[in-house]
Amino acid sequence: MGASLSILVAGLMFGFGLAVSGMTHASKVLGFLDITGDWDPSLLFVLAGAVTVTAVAFRFVLRRPAPVLVEQFHLPTVEGIDRPLVIGAAIFGVGWGIAGYCPGPAIASLAAPSWETWVFIPCLLLGNLLHAYSQPGNAADSGAAALGAMGRPGGKP
Amino acid sequence: MQNFTPVSALIGGLLIGAAATLLLWLNGRIAGVSNILRGLLAWKSGDSLWRVLFLGGLVAGASLCYMLFGHVPLPRPDFPAWLLGFGGLLVGYGSSLGSGCTSGHGVCGLGRLSVRSLVATLIFVVTGILAAYAVRHLFGVY
Repeated sequence: MGASLSILVAGLMFGFGLAVSGMTHASKVLGFLDITGDWDPSLLFVLAGAVTVTAVAFRFVLRRPAPVLVEQFHLPTVEGIDRPLVIGAAIFGVGWGIAGYCPGPAIASLAAPSWETWVFIPCLLLGNLLHAYSQPGNAADSGAAALGAMGRPGGKP
Repeated sequence: MQNFTPVSALIGGLLIGAAATLLLWLNGRIAGVSNILRGLLAWKSGDSLWRVLFLGGLVAGASLCYMLFGHVPLPRPDFPAWLLGFGGLLVGYGSSLGSGCTSGHGVCGLGRLSVRSLVATLIFVVTGILAAYAVRHLFGVY
């Protein structure tokens, strides 16, 4: 119960932060990415503020043997620079630079949805599914297996 | 730089960093929105509630901000829907393939001093700049 509440509060703070910083406005995000236009460095300040906190605080948090409310940390285990990382990040960036939304602000924009929200989010999910179904080795069975591989293998959606 | 809002950007950034810290410290989870969302598509009992709560909190937090301060985002009148959809498709596919987005790699990965996340962040900022340039200045779409 305490854990659930704390997750909700963390999400709330995150969403409030995104909205108050203007990052739910696609045109503001694009104002940062469009460096040859009327450049708006605000996004850099958002990232700098956030990373300053995480870079300092994560050091202390990750020194603990376990989180406060659950038994273990769930951290990425993959290391090294590989093709999927490079190509995926490049594709993600192109989509971000076209639309002006990344997943966080897109979900937060459900707070005041417009047609943009209803176009972007389904396409975002479709992109996720396309990747899951195109995983080699999992294509024969179903994308559910590919998606399940993100947590418990073989999990059904 | 007439649209530059350094103070609200910094306050928002600090809140985002604090939220990511809270989630990791209390619940051992990385606040990467694309991965949280992706895990939800592979619905598994026991692994879905926290994802729903975090994403629900995201919407509630933005709602609270709009209620207090207004400044609700308005849709762009001349932006083509097909182009926005294409962007969404690339964001979804790319964040899945690259294991993260601005929050996962940018906010949390950089906080963990992950080299993978640093490389990913540099790449998506550069390709984002190129794509925004092309859309706005080569095709004149705003």
